[in-house]
Amino acid sequence: MSVLVFAEHQDGKLTRAAWEAVAAGQQLAREEDDAVWAVILGRDISALANQLAQAELGGVLLAESPTLAEYTPDGYAAALQQVIEERQPRWVVFSHTYQVRDFAPKLAAALNRGLISDCLGYRKEGSSLIFIRQVFQGKFTADVEFTGDPPYLVSFQAAAFRQDAVAPGQASVTAVSTNVTPETIRTKPGPRFREARQAVDLSQAEIIVAVGRGIKAPENLELVKRLAEALGAEIGASRPICDSGWLPMDRQIGSSGQTVAPKLYVALGISGAIQHQVGMKGSRTVLAINKDREAPIFEIATYGVVGDLFEVVPALVEEIKKAKSG
Amino acid sequence: MKIAVCLKQVPSRDSVLRLNRAGTWIEEVDISYEINEPDTYALEEALMLKEKHGGEVVVCSLGPARTQQAIKEALAKGADRALHFDDPAFQGLDAWATARVLAQGLAKEEPDLVVTGLQSDDFGFAQTGVILAELLGLPHSTIIMEVQVTGRALKVKRELESGWFQWIEIPLPAVLTIQSGINKPRYATLKGIMAAKNKPIQRLGAADLGLDAAALVPRQKITRVYVPAKRAQTEFFAGTPKEIATKLVDKLKNEARVL
Repeated sequence: MSVLVFAEHQDGKLTRAAWEAVAAGQQLAREEDDAVWAVILGRDISALANQLAQAELGGVLLAESPTLAEYTPDGYAAALQQVIEERQPRWVVFSHTYQVRDFAPKLAAALNRGLISDCLGYRKEGSSLIFIRQVFQGKFTADVEFTGDPPYLVSFQAAAFRQDAVAPGQASVTAVSTNVTPETIRTKPGPRFREARQAVDLSQAEIIVAVGRGIKAPENLELVKRLAEALGAEIGASRPICDSGWLPMDRQIGSSGQTVAPKLYVALGISGAIQHQVGMKGSRTVLAINKDREAPIFEIATYGVVGDLFEVVPALVEEIKKAKSG
Repeated sequence: MKIAVCLKQVPSRDSVLRLNRAGTWIEEVDISYEINEPDTYALEEALMLKEKHGGEVVVCSLGPARTQQAIKEALAKGADRALHFDDPAFQGLDAWATARVLAQGLAKEEPDLVVTGLQSDDFGFAQTGVILAELLGLPHSTIIMEVQVTGRALKVKRELESGWFQWIEIPLPAVLTIQSGINKPRYATLKGIMAAKNKPIQRLGAADLGLDAAALVPRQKITRVYVPAKRAQTEFFAGTPKEIATKLVDKLKNEARVL
């Protein structure tokens, strides 16, 4: 086995991060000309293993145990350590999620191996792989290499690989037994909850229309809603809009709000300060409409319109409606 | 409760960073340093726990001589004493080797609780605290937004993605990584700054900890640092609103494929 991918799940569903990790693992395996496997941990999750098996994989390893019913860092690290020591992959691939951040460094230390975390990607130089990650909060980029022996653990930032890049296939599911005793698990997790103000999950939205200071007044939000309706999009906002109470806090995108990675992100009157960009830079396509040609949002926009959103958006709504009905 | 706070000194947020000539790291002369921001929240949480439940706050930091400035700031804010891990052999360590040094130094201290920031503003690996827990054989939890003491255990509020949270019960001793925003870090008072002058700072090198170079071989190395490549040029559209809209819809439909 060359590559082992960790597949995360939540509320009985494979997460976007799981598929992004599969995409990353498949690509790494092609470099190594070897097989990629996925591993999933939990209880009563054979349906999820079968979904994973719809990807081009050497196989899916299914580790089920009552002690893995809920995520704990102790349980997950112990189970994965056993799987890795038995299967001996060269690479272990993760998405850099909050859950992975919680246990993967522990797992790496238990294996006495290294973890290069939060990578944007990698490139091949000769026979070695060089991992690329941000340092100094994105001011610089660094090339990082593993030293020492495999297995090498690597986690990739959200949207570094795309879930729609997963090659489909038909793999088999293999149940693996792990020995994770209740005594291994020292922490007791409670149920997940949201604060009252957090009701909307934008992270799964495929299209988001986000609005910033350029909208000028709350009554102008009607225009934003019309565009969102035409596109079948969720509405998001930059921090000042939510601070002003024009939209609820659970619509906020950015470092203090939600992180999103939709297929299309429409930024209306958003300048795109770094605090906003970190929440949406994983978007596949970014359309920015802003009066200011120097707005930083244009540094990361796929399509840009320097102009008055009050003129462009109504025309855009009409054309989208035409395109959808035609 | 004996609380250890692991903090890192990093280039200050407003310093203008330049790359060194070899392109392997930043130029470290002529920049100012400060305590890594998430670590300031960890320190504040430790000070508040001490004020409420009694005990001692021990600051731990790994770095060259300049690190004393960060340590003294923490002492001025109210920490009781400090361990400064300083040795030429400690330069350029990765998260694993850093945690190895911290673990070696902390094992003898036997703290009830170890807190640190969830990640550093320079490397941003988000690993050191969790590796430290594993090396110390302690349970841990990460990205913590609230800490409640319940006898010989804690209830901690862990931040999850997209505005979700979870309460975790964790027995002491334990390691926590603290999220920015959990509290409002205090400023050092003049009185605190004066008091800090008499607080002990124990300087510990590799030999003091029984570590040799072989014990600190990193698992990964940074080979090059550079200015990030800009994404592909933005394609701009001009014309009348209708012309712009027509072109955009064509792109959204046939190139981005979202319509």
